[in-house]
Amino acid sequence: MADIITLTDATFNETVQASDVPVLVDFWAEWCGPCKMIAPILEEIAAEHDGKVKIAKLNIDENLNVTRDFGVMSIPTLLLFKNGEAVARMVGAKPKGALVQELSPYLD
Amino acid sequence: MTTKTDVLIVGSGPAGLTAAIYTARAQLSPIIVEGEPSSTSDQPGGQLMLTTEVENFPGFPMGIMGPELMGQMRSQAERFGAELVTAKVSKLDLSQRPFKAWVGDTEAAPTYEATSVIIATGARALMLGVPGEDRLLGHGVSTCATCDGFFFRDLPIVMVGGGDSALEEAIFLTRFASSVTLVHRRDSLRASKIMQERALANPKITVRWNSQVTEIMGDTKVESVRLVDTVTGAEDTMDVSGVFVAIGHQPNTELFADQLELLENGYLKVHDGSLTSIEGVFACGDVADHTYRQAITAAGSGCMAAIDTERWLETQGH
Repeated sequence: MADIITLTDATFNETVQASDVPVLVDFWAEWCGPCKMIAPILEEIAAEHDGKVKIAKLNIDENLNVTRDFGVMSIPTLLLFKNGEAVARMVGAKPKGALVQELSPYLD
Repeated sequence: MTTKTDVLIVGSGPAGLTAAIYTARAQLSPIIVEGEPSSTSDQPGGQLMLTTEVENFPGFPMGIMGPELMGQMRSQAERFGAELVTAKVSKLDLSQRPFKAWVGDTEAAPTYEATSVIIATGARALMLGVPGEDRLLGHGVSTCATCDGFFFRDLPIVMVGGGDSALEEAIFLTRFASSVTLVHRRDSLRASKIMQERALANPKITVRWNSQVTEIMGDTKVESVRLVDTVTGAEDTMDVSGVFVAIGHQPNTELFADQLELLENGYLKVHDGSLTSIEGVFACGDVADHTYRQAITAAGSGCMAAIDTERWLETQGH
């Protein structure tokens, strides 16, 4: 099964820019109920789209710089990076179908 | 393909999951359509998924986190063989037995045929419905203090509402915010005395009485709100970085509003415990409770609905 990458302030830029496929970053925290709701969905998406997208998690409590740089003000927030650029933003927990639909244009 | 079941439970808050635990233990193999992830309305696990510490659920003397409590209830239901489906019911046909429920395409064959249905769809938070609210949701406008309070460290925010939820969230938000202005449309709060005392004693909380937010302004994130005085009609603006809303709830009745009898206030009408206006359809939790609206009362009513369902199925020869 595809692994979910753990990002930090220190590894964020390098990982997102070096990736040859889009990276979906999940901004989350331990205390966030809706973040827990979407965690299993992200695992499924990682497995089902293995090789087309990488899924990464960034704990906002521990990584304030990246969280601030991207103006995240609500979690869960999902940001999709393609060639190092943020190309899509999804705020709040959403059903799997809605997430896949928003991602699909970027997954080829 | 249509799946047949004796018991279909719609909703997975404390009411739905308690009904699931009881009907599963009674060997009725219930199917629970638990809902879909959301940060604003009727998500799996219900409203407690958006809370932090639950201090008044018996059995947890040190309190328990809302999502944790719901995770435990879910595991307990699964342990006894309840089948949980992460999906939303798109259509419900209660006109004849077996009752029919659809997930997804409502033109296709029904997803489920059920001898009995337990409605536990709960209630969802009301929004203000003012200009700027939708556009700035997630950019300073929040429906989940516990999710988003963190982002307002040392920033001024407003909390709209005057009930227990509003005060509880206002107190929670003082951990982060530089100030919390409670905007309330009347000159007294309807919150419980203990919550009022705690909130009003908090140096970071001030109350703006007789006021309503009429617009939320800001280019890419919230910068200010427009307020109107409900007595004099005078308008002014206040600079804030965050707007949190807790102005009450509405029951989630869309699936069956034209099929089951409702009360005048829109809540589902139940009688003799958990019975609805259609035989074989039972209800529990906040969708039928505008009075208590507690996790423990929802759980209690879920138990009642399960027992009523079990007994009714017996009379039907199940």
